[in-house]
Amino acid sequence: MINRVIYAFLSVGILGGALGLALAYAAKIFAVKKDERVGALEEILPGVNCGACGYPGCSGYAEAIVMEDAEMTLCSPGGAAVAAKIGEIMGAEVNVSSEKMVAQIMCRGTRETSKTKFEYDGIQDCNALHSSFGGDKVCPYGCLGLGSCIDVCPVDAIAKTEAGYLEIDRDKCISCGKCIDVCPTGVIKMIPYNARHIVACNSTDKGGVVRKYCSVGCIGCKMCEKKSPEGGFKVENFLAAIDYSAEGSRAEAVEVCPAKCIIDLDVVE
Amino acid sequence: MKGLKTFSRGGIHPHGRKNLTNKKEIVTADIPETLIVPMAQHLGAPAEVVVAAGDEIKEGMLIGKPAGFISAAVHSPVSGTVKEITDVYLANGMKSSAVVIEKEEGFIPAEKTKSDSWKSKTPQELIEIVKDSGVVGLGGATFPANVKYMVPKGEKAEYLIINAVECEPYLSADHRLMLEKASELIEGLRIISKMVEPEKVAIGIEINKPDAIEIMRKQAEAENFDLEVVPLKLKYPQGDEKQLIKAVTGREVPSGGLPIAVGCVVSNVGTVNAVYEAVALGKPLYERTVSVTGLGVKNPGNFLTRVGTPISSLLEACGGIIDNPAKVVVGGPMMGFSIYDLDTPVTKGTSGILILTDEESGSGSRTACLSCGRCVSVCPMGLNPTKMFKFVDHDDYDSAMQNNLMDCKECGCCAYACPANIPLVQGMRLGKKMARKKKVS
Repeated sequence: MINRVIYAFLSVGILGGALGLALAYAAKIFAVKKDERVGALEEILPGVNCGACGYPGCSGYAEAIVMEDAEMTLCSPGGAAVAAKIGEIMGAEVNVSSEKMVAQIMCRGTRETSKTKFEYDGIQDCNALHSSFGGDKVCPYGCLGLGSCIDVCPVDAIAKTEAGYLEIDRDKCISCGKCIDVCPTGVIKMIPYNARHIVACNSTDKGGVVRKYCSVGCIGCKMCEKKSPEGGFKVENFLAAIDYSAEGSRAEAVEVCPAKCIIDLDVVE
Repeated sequence: MKGLKTFSRGGIHPHGRKNLTNKKEIVTADIPETLIVPMAQHLGAPAEVVVAAGDEIKEGMLIGKPAGFISAAVHSPVSGTVKEITDVYLANGMKSSAVVIEKEEGFIPAEKTKSDSWKSKTPQELIEIVKDSGVVGLGGATFPANVKYMVPKGEKAEYLIINAVECEPYLSADHRLMLEKASELIEGLRIISKMVEPEKVAIGIEINKPDAIEIMRKQAEAENFDLEVVPLKLKYPQGDEKQLIKAVTGREVPSGGLPIAVGCVVSNVGTVNAVYEAVALGKPLYERTVSVTGLGVKNPGNFLTRVGTPISSLLEACGGIIDNPAKVVVGGPMMGFSIYDLDTPVTKGTSGILILTDEESGSGSRTACLSCGRCVSVCPMGLNPTKMFKFVDHDDYDSAMQNNLMDCKECGCCAYACPANIPLVQGMRLGKKMARKKKVS
């Protein structure tokens, strides 16, 4: 009786050992040579798998750099620091001069502050709404507010405020640009991370027209240009824009803007 | 009812309400002082404006030239002055550039006389006339007619099928056209036959129009034209060309294919009339029949309307509308679009204008999908609407496409049948839009 148990143990043990050795041998002989740089790149990439580089996730991008000579500067969440590290691993010079950029929604118009032309009760998606007469807002340029950008943001940087408009948290934003791609009105734009101010309006209609449909829209009055001449404000097509290379103060302009559409991002409302 | 032809898969039976207008003769609508003529009245590239503000123009003059192979010419519906070139929203929610025309004082439409000179022309010359007259499919899809009639080399049109199904509820413009213009339609059929050279000509009419079936049969016989009148069982969406081909010939158009792939050319009965007017009368397409109907309108009727007429002007002709309509829909109730601006112009594709009351529009609040499968059983294309909708809802447009989203033609059977009031058709439209956007970028 006991013999049978021993035989069983022995036969299974020997068989297992032999197959194990065969497997170990095969793993050596048929080993797929993996470029170790791929592993190293995977280590230093941010790992958010946002897809902004155009490849399927961070490991896809790591492989593409090594195998397909992909550009080394495509990782927008990583920015200059990661690009430099990629260069180090690949032994190539990478020139990244651009500073970190973040997305901002250039509109603070809610259904209270901006007039609507019809009642919409369809799918809660900005692109669906935009297919009907450019959206329910009279203003064709502004944020439609249904939050398609919130759905695509890989890092939850966009949220609806209590006031009803959408806002992007600059510290969370990884500048992948997905929100910009999905937005049907083109109201989301990239600004430097260090910038403190935005002109929260996208309307190029004349002042009188804007006033009729929105109380927080830029009317192109040029007060910002006059009051903060060093701030880089420039009004074109009845819409103020900021040249962020100007380093002067913009505080005056925030104060005087009649529509209050020049926003200081550091001031929490 | 037994033995009547129809298509095999899916379909619904919506409430007809055609009795509001189907006894009303076509009345020529008053021409308003200002007309807004859009450039994107057809499928394909919008026409290019060839006039400028201040230009004096004549009725029937070219104001927009085709901008590509799939495109169509646009002509002035009146004589007058071009006030401005501007952007307007069309009934389908899309933006289009438009020529705003101020009608000249005392404008009287030109009388057109019938000519037989077309009989000596070659098929190619006739197709050119159709193209230069801006004729498009008047059933709703507004596909340029000249492209349709140009049978590709190596293909043969066995059947020319005339679509007189008018399966959308409420609408009766095509019905009235057959009753009032049967002789012109037969002439139009002769012209199209010369272009397409079919072996057989058939006309499909649903049996809720027995008088039209009768009159077309008699007229064809009287004029010695070999026309097979096919009475069809009532079922929506039989007026879609794929369903109509199935009903009349039993053939099925392959996914992504055109009717010519199964030897068919399909044309709407309204288009036949437009071809007749273009070729025999020399009149470009700038006028069409529009049913203005619904319980919200005081005197429903059928109106011969010039393209560019604001809808508000047509509603005046009907004695106005009730105070608080639930919806104003352009097109049929199944596939039409609801609009917010009554100054939206009538275009070549406008088959009807509906003023719907709360009782008719019957909208309810949306709930979760019950997985009951009614949308699947009514889909005439054999698709799975709820599955595709879920993919679209989760921004997974690739998977929606793999489930043949592009075969959906937005007939609305699924949304009509859905007990949970899910906006399925809107979802399909969104999915197609986003999938195309992705393809471009």
